[in-house]
Amino acid sequence: MNKLNFLQTDKNNLNTYLYTGVILVVLSIFIVFLNSFFNKDIISFLPGSISFFLPLILGFIGLHLIRIDYSSLKLLDSINKNINTNNFNAFLSLLIVFAVIKSLPPLLSWFIFDANIAGDSKDVCTGSGACWTYIKIWFNRFMYGMYPNAEQWRINLSFIALAFLGTIGFFATEKFKKYLTLYYVVVYPVIAFFFIFFFISGGPIFFDFSYGIIAAVISVIIGFFIPSKFKMYYFIIVPITLYILLKYVFFYEELIELGKLEALEWVETGAWGGLSLTFIVSFFCLIFCFPIGLFLSLGRRSDFPIIKYFSIGMIEFWRGVPLITVLFMSSVMFPMFLPEDMFIDKLVRVIIAISLFEAAYVAEVIRGGLQALPRGQYDAAKSLGMGYWKMHILVILPQALKLVIPGIANTFLALVKDTPLIFVVGLLEIVGMLNLAKTNPEWLGFAMEGYVFASVLFFIICYAMSKYSYNLEQKYKTER
Amino acid sequence: MSDKIIQIAEMNKWFGDFQVLKNINLEVEKNKKIVVCGPSGSGKSTLIRCINRLEEHQEGSIIVDGNELTADTKDIEKIRAEVGMVFQQFNLFPHLSILDNCTLAPIWVKKMPKKDAEDLAIQHLEKVQIADQASKYPGQLSGGQQQRCAIARALCMEPKIMLFDEPTSALDPEMIKEVLDAMVNLAKAGMTMIVVTHEMGFAKEVADEVIFMDEGMIVERAETKEFFANPKSDRTKLFLSQIL
Repeated sequence: MNKLNFLQTDKNNLNTYLYTGVILVVLSIFIVFLNSFFNKDIISFLPGSISFFLPLILGFIGLHLIRIDYSSLKLLDSINKNINTNNFNAFLSLLIVFAVIKSLPPLLSWFIFDANIAGDSKDVCTGSGACWTYIKIWFNRFMYGMYPNAEQWRINLSFIALAFLGTIGFFATEKFKKYLTLYYVVVYPVIAFFFIFFFISGGPIFFDFSYGIIAAVISVIIGFFIPSKFKMYYFIIVPITLYILLKYVFFYEELIELGKLEALEWVETGAWGGLSLTFIVSFFCLIFCFPIGLFLSLGRRSDFPIIKYFSIGMIEFWRGVPLITVLFMSSVMFPMFLPEDMFIDKLVRVIIAISLFEAAYVAEVIRGGLQALPRGQYDAAKSLGMGYWKMHILVILPQALKLVIPGIANTFLALVKDTPLIFVVGLLEIVGMLNLAKTNPEWLGFAMEGYVFASVLFFIICYAMSKYSYNLEQKYKTER
Repeated sequence: MSDKIIQIAEMNKWFGDFQVLKNINLEVEKNKKIVVCGPSGSGKSTLIRCINRLEEHQEGSIIVDGNELTADTKDIEKIRAEVGMVFQQFNLFPHLSILDNCTLAPIWVKKMPKKDAEDLAIQHLEKVQIADQASKYPGQLSGGQQQRCAIARALCMEPKIMLFDEPTSALDPEMIKEVLDAMVNLAKAGMTMIVVTHEMGFAKEVADEVIFMDEGMIVERAETKEFFANPKSDRTKLFLSQIL
């Protein structure tokens, strides 16, 4: 047997060092575990400060002993490589492990063991943990705001329909693949807008929506029999004609008034709220701010002075003002400049304001990508006979946008987390609803549960978005 | 007159205060191969970039295939589509596969059906012997392969003139030959070519005429044999003695 040197571990006595080290580390973790979960201090016979530091010292010595290079044990090597590279890192790793063990019991007891979920009044919340009953009772409000309970199926149906229409791309056959971009950039946002505003709002305006849907379906069906040469004109003219016919000839407005046709109940946008409003605002702002930002970024690099200075002005103006003042202006000042009889819905104004605001940021992010492209790409595209738009759409933007996916994801995440600010104009999305609920005299004192609930929801949304952007990055990675 | 495909007369160009091209007069006939050589900074690249208007000239006239290049040329894209160009840094589109690089312009600029464009691309890729790499991305190819792809990409537009801007300068020595071979084949097929290069072997093999430029001026223009056998100006003699 080789000589043991505990200051300088080596491979020859691998097992001796390994067993001693593992025992020490496990012992140290065990002491902390007992202390934290069962409140038992098995080393309390030692004097105060030593008993406090003993787990740390034991674990530290243990980790030092198992730090053996090229031990040919896979697990040991990976531990040494990742958390135990030197004394300092071993120390930090131990501290983190201890901190996690220490903080688990209070968290678990607050979230689960001491929490209440049964019952339907705050009287059941007697434990020291969270009162999930509060969330349960208010869940409907947190999701749908002041939207009437009986009509909430309309919100659900819209979201399900939009989610379904959004996944069409995965099922498209090869023949329709080339229309997908057009679909997602133009058709889908329009459908989404119709669904959300006409279907969720309801009221007489809902008929417009149903006429539109009927016109679209009929024209698509007839469209299959039209020779492809005329399809373009066909799809511009026929749906509009059908819509007008349906609206003014077949379904007289009087029918509605006579009560022969019943519209969906009208729900004004002020009553929308909760998580569904968060989704609506974020979704529209995302799909509107991106194209606006794209055009601003191209405009800023334009050779035409008017376009160039207009773009610079827009970008610098919107970047220079705080979002909260923009929202305030959009709801208070903006209507003053409109003619008396003109009315733009509050929610629409807010969406326009946030879209323009975020578009300025998106524009600068995209400009960064445009500047990162070498001049040779422009030269090559031009030398092949491409004009400005072909060059940008086919060559420049695909590369530039790919470069700025992380930056755009960043902006979009910030946008989603900025949506609670719309409370300044009286629209209550989920955080707004929380603030409202916590001031309810019957349910005072449960702000914590509400905010934890909202953070979890926001985290899920934002983490999903960030994952998705990462997937996009990987998907479009073609270099090397 | 009709076989003069490029006519440049009294052309001047400035970058700011600095005059890069001074009083250029150049006529190129159809199917001629011209090699432009000269020290760096002599304006060779700028000259051929002016021919498809990647750079604008300030004075004089450039007529390419009967169309004069001016600031208000509306259909500059049409002229560019007839003039192929190969760059020193290849400038392939890295987000597209080799095949898509070649079919992009024919499909979108010449409105060619996708199937035809792909057949044409494969045909040209075979000529430069990289048809087997068609589905790869530019980043996966060697420099020589990329440059040959760039030649095929330009040829897919079926240009009347090909411009080469130092096509071999960014390549490793052993890759130069494969690119030059592709260019020699192209020359033998009868393409009108203007080549900026330092490859004097290539000039001797295929060029009809050699132009020597220095300080923005055309110093000497002569038949290839004449140019190498007895150069007239002292500047040319000095250049040749250094390069050969």
